[in-house]
Formats: sequence, structure tokens, C-alpha cells
Amino acid sequence: MITVGVEQLAGQAVFAEMDAADLARLASAARPVAFPVGRRLFEEGCAADRFWIVQDGLVALDLHLPGRGTLIVETLGRGAIIGWSWLFPPYRWRFGAVATRPVQALEFDARLVRFIWARDPRLAHKLTLRFAEVVVDRLQATRMRLLDLYGDAAEVRWRA
Amino acid sequence: MARMRPVPYRVVERRRETRDTVTLALEPVAARIAEPSPGQFTMMYAWGVGEVPVSVSGGGAKPRVEQTVRAVGAVTRALCGARPGEMLGLRGPFGVGWGLDEVQGFDLILAAGGIGLAPLRSVVLRALADPRRYGRIVLLVGARTPADLLYPDELERWRRCGVHVEVTVDRAAAGWTGHVGLITSLIDLVDADPARAAAFVCGPEIMMRLTARALVERGVPPHRVRLSLERNMRCGVGWCGHCQLGPLLLCRDGPVVPYERAEPLMAVKEL
Repeated sequence: MITVGVEQLAGQAVFAEMDAADLARLASAARPVAFPVGRRLFEEGCAADRFWIVQDGLVALDLHLPGRGTLIVETLGRGAIIGWSWLFPPYRWRFGAVATRPVQALEFDARLVRFIWARDPRLAHKLTLRFAEVVVDRLQATRMRLLDLYGDAAEVRWRA
Repeated sequence: MARMRPVPYRVVERRRETRDTVTLALEPVAARIAEPSPGQFTMMYAWGVGEVPVSVSGGGAKPRVEQTVRAVGAVTRALCGARPGEMLGLRGPFGVGWGLDEVQGFDLILAAGGIGLAPLRSVVLRALADPRRYGRIVLLVGARTPADLLYPDELERWRRCGVHVEVTVDRAAAGWTGHVGLITSLIDLVDADPARAAAFVCGPEIMMRLTARALVERGVPPHRVRLSLERNMRCGVGWCGHCQLGPLLLCRDGPVVPYERAEPLMAVKEL
């Protein structure tokens, strides 16, 4: 099995400035993976037992709406974390995810990461804060998109 | 007073860009307006209907002027409906453009939202006409849906010419291979040296605020981030005051304004 080095994790923004011992434990739960275009990472409703950090490529989070087909909710590229349903019960994906460009990523065994966290509250606290930062950034971006930036109301100030 | 009188131009080409947006290529009937710089605007006059400010989106062979118009009211609907052979009036060009000559040697980061791609199209065309004058050219485009994207064929052509083009939309169905999300999410993909870059941003004001802030956070100097602001331009020469934004009259002092000057004004609710 190909393993992931501490230096690979140290290069990821979410793990920046973490000490080598913490990174080594996280690296033990990680492996490099590649997904061709069209490969599905996970389906809505399935067990959330992994998460990924994208190193290259593009992944679409999607949702199937009866009668409307599959809609892309958001795309995530280089540096993005994919998946946080593994953090909280019932550990089920709320969306699906599919590679829309060839993807290189680090894949983490979420059960193993949860196991490591359960035994190290200090590390758990540190990582929880970092994941919360990611979640807040995404929430703020989603709120901005709710404004319908390019809709008539936002784009047109004078109807001449 | 000459700049207050519309100069007759004939529509020589009309291209439908999206369901509500067309690009008109215009040529003078006799006299012509001065050659516009990228970022400047003209007052376009639909005879007997009215006049609106529209950014110049390209030129092509002189003395041709290209302008992209979105139909949102009576005047713009009349302009969008103009067919080849019909006459329109132009005044201008007015205002301060992007200042491309001042950023020679720098990488260009162009961020466009919605119809904001129109005034940046003229930048891309000018830069591609003499690419040795600039470093990398990066074009980030945001649109509501893939169907609302302006100039899709030209985006492909610009890619082939070496422009790094990234497109994001707010909504897309399966099969879309571009990005879905805020335009700011594209900035991390920019392969340019922020400290050696100039950034031009045009789009809805909230999009410009977010994008300019993100560019500055990533190291683009604020004085080299420029925004194209819009207010209610009427006279075009700074007389009537309709386009006032604090101390600026945007028809004269803009529409392109450095971020360091625009930022405090954009945060004032009353403006």
C-alpha cells in the first residue's frame, strides 16, 4: 500500500503548522488516490466513512431532484476538503460527489481518524477548529450565492 | 457642446449572446467618435426612445465599435432590437478606462461577473493583439447559469491563444464540467504572481467587493486592483451630477476606479 508522508500533509492548508507527531498519526489514516472523470466518490445516503483533500482536479457535489434531474450544488478543486458528514452521526452523505476533471487526492479513512481523535482531545480540538473554519467559509460563500449575484435585481440598477 | 450631440452610426452586425443580451457592431455613417480605450463607455441613443451608457466591448477594425447590451428597459430593448442597417446614435467615448498602458509587463488578472465581461472583453482583445506587452493573462468569469455565459466561443478561442480562462456558475445541471460556486473560489487557481499582477474587476457591486478583497488578501497591491463602477450616467461629461459617488462623478472620474479609492465609498449605505 502506498503511504502518505508527513511532508505531504504539512503542505495542506488545513494541516498547516501542526507538529510532526500529529501529522504522522493522521498520515497513517491517509493514502493517495486518483479518480478519472465520471468516477463517483460517494452517493447521497451512503455511509460517510472517508474524506478527501483534493490536490488537483475538480469534484462536483450533486443532488438528484425528482423531476429535475441531477443538479450540481458546488464544485471543489485544488486544496479543498471533500466530505464532512463523517464528522457527525449518523455518518451518512447528504450529497453525492463525482469527479468532473481528473482528480488526484489524499483519501482519509474517517473511522480511523475518528478513532485517533477519540483518544487525543488536544488533536481533536485543533482539527475541529480547522474544519469549522472550512465549514464557515463554505457557508459564507453559499450565503453570497443566495443573493443571486447575477440576477436582474443585483445586476441592473437602472432599467433604461 | 459637440460631445452632447449623438453621432450617427449604422449597425453592421448583430450577434445574440444570451436570451436577453446582444452585441452590436457599429460603423459611422460619416463623422466618427474618437477611438475608445478599453473600459470607456459611450452613450448609446436609440432614436426617439432614449439614451443609455454602455461600455465598449471591442473594436475590431477601425472605426468599428462593438457594444454588448442587455435588454432590461425600454431603451436597451430598442437597442437590442436594432438590426443590421439600422441607425443608432453614439456620444463619447467617456470616462477613464482600465489604463492598460500603465500595467505593461504585469500579469493581468481579469475578473468578470455577468454582463461585466463586456468591458473586459475589450481588454482581452487589446492584450492579445500584443501579448508581449503583458505577462500571463488570467480571465475569471462568473455567470448565473451556463446559458447566461457571454462569448462562449470566444472564451474557447482565448484559451487556445494562451489565456487562462476559468468559468464558474451559480447553478448547473449534471454534465457541466466547469466550476459551480462563487467567483472568489477561482482566485486560488490563478497561476500568476500577485505581487507582479494588475487586476481588473467588473460585475455586480457585491461581486466586485468580494473579489477585490480576495485579490488584495492574496497579495495584489490595492492600487493595481481596478473596478468598473456604475451609477446613473446621463451627460457623460461631469455636468449633471447624476452619477455622483461621494466625491466622484463616475462618468468623468470613472467608471474605472482604483480599489483603494473605491473601497471606502462602496461601504457607505447612502451611496
